[in-house]
Amino acid sequence: MASTETTQDVKDARSPGEASDLAGLEAGLDALETVQTRRKPLRQTFTEKILPPVVAIALVLAVWQALISFKVVDDPTKLPSPGAVWEVLRQAWLQGELLGYIWTSVSRGLLGFCFALLIGTPLGLLVARVKVVRAAIGPILTGLQSLPSVAWVPPAVIWLGLNNQMMYAVILLGAVPSIANGLVSGVDQVPPLFLRAGRTLGATGLKGTWHIVLPAALPGYVGGLKQGWAFSWRSLMAAEIIASFPDLGIGLGQLLENGRNASDMAMVFEAILLILTVGIAIDLLIFSPLERWVLRSRGLLVKS
Amino acid sequence: MATTLAKADDGQRTEVSHAARIEHISKSFDGPAGRQLVLDDISLDVAPGEFVTLLGASGCGKSTLLNLVAGLDRPSAGTITTDGRPALMFQEHALFPWLTAGKNIELALKLRGVPKSERRERAEELLELVRLKGAHRKRVHELSGGMRQRVALARALAQESKLLLMDEPFAALDAITRDVLHDELTRIWRETRLSVLFVTHNVREAVRLAQRVVLLSSRPGRIAREWRVDIPHPRRIEDTAVAELSVEITEELRGEIRRHGQH
Repeated sequence: MASTETTQDVKDARSPGEASDLAGLEAGLDALETVQTRRKPLRQTFTEKILPPVVAIALVLAVWQALISFKVVDDPTKLPSPGAVWEVLRQAWLQGELLGYIWTSVSRGLLGFCFALLIGTPLGLLVARVKVVRAAIGPILTGLQSLPSVAWVPPAVIWLGLNNQMMYAVILLGAVPSIANGLVSGVDQVPPLFLRAGRTLGATGLKGTWHIVLPAALPGYVGGLKQGWAFSWRSLMAAEIIASFPDLGIGLGQLLENGRNASDMAMVFEAILLILTVGIAIDLLIFSPLERWVLRSRGLLVKS
Repeated sequence: MATTLAKADDGQRTEVSHAARIEHISKSFDGPAGRQLVLDDISLDVAPGEFVTLLGASGCGKSTLLNLVAGLDRPSAGTITTDGRPALMFQEHALFPWLTAGKNIELALKLRGVPKSERRERAEELLELVRLKGAHRKRVHELSGGMRQRVALARALAQESKLLLMDEPFAALDAITRDVLHDELTRIWRETRLSVLFVTHNVREAVRLAQRVVLLSSRPGRIAREWRVDIPHPRRIEDTAVAELSVEITEELRGEIRRHGQH
């Protein structure tokens, strides 16, 4: 075998000047190769991000008003005017009912979503990490995603009756598969290199799951959460429309159903508009920022 | 400047303490063409504080050997003993993008059981060692390729292993940066007195860095020859002595590769 005495008789061969040379060279390289990023000016954000959707909405309103004004549709029971819908909204606001409708549904939706999160996360982790579990319920979980959650309303009513629990059950059945599947695909996409690097650092077993697998899977998981919220909201609306019952309090789904029963098209439009707005608002206020933050902090979001 | 050494001599080995001792290692994989022998009876010692490069063409199983030493895979035959768990650096930086540069290092410290109060300070020290003072809060994607590999080196050093395994860590870098990092690695190796087992297919890199160059033959990987490199530091990639030994080793390497064309 090669002799192993140290051959570092040259320890101080390097002069101090040479060492600072290297430091300077390195500092120069670092400066040359580092990309400077800076935030976009507010004005640009406004013209590129905010203005286009506002214009699009204005256009839709204009076409809608034109249909009424030029009497293309001349039947308020089929198509109410934007003004009539606005009036209904205003009245609900003045009577103090508007926020009540929204809160009834949003509180149900968010609470149900939180339950779905508590169930879907460990379930997803189990499916992703345990082969037998994946083989057993993986395909079912994926299949459940394509089942419209309306289908769960009748059995839920029969099992649980007309109450809030029924609503939560429907939300869970709609959102849990999305959340679990998001986590599964997030875990599947974790680069094997991270797992190897983690193992050499001593992150094995539960430590590996906590320090490496879960954070690495976060982008996929957040995507799942986003979809999970959309499914929660849709499921809840289906449940509220089908199983409307006065004692449950009036949510947005019941509002829509009430409008239909009263043949009040303005009220129907009001409800649809609110359902849409709330769904978009929650996504814009909670899930999109969360997703952008996760992607940006990892350099996965190219600023466009 | 360089002397060729005979292969391992068993009588001598027992006396020498070692950072890694690889004894009669074989490794085969089940491939599409049946069972394939990748490594064949490899024996190699790395002494404490020694810098050894493993050199070979593709298919010599040098990365496989490194994985075995790192404990990421098990040998089909033979034993490997190391003094504690070795640290490993990859060709890709393998830094975790959800953590800042500093937190990557702190995670290594945490997993080693360093108390929270000391981690921050220790991470700063390590960043300073790789000359990245002030990069603690930088995100991985904000760093250049060379800076990432230096953070990866700092993270590997945070493990305080006696042995650092390096799997072509500079192969993806541009020539200038690579050259600078060679100097940097030499400096850090001499400061920390680590043992290094460095895998590469770049002959000059091997000669520039190592005290001992081990040439592996391909398919299956066997130790073909070893060279002692006594060229004094600081070495430069363009040094005549480095060039001369590189020529000699390259000839040998080409001979090894040519043999495969003949069957």
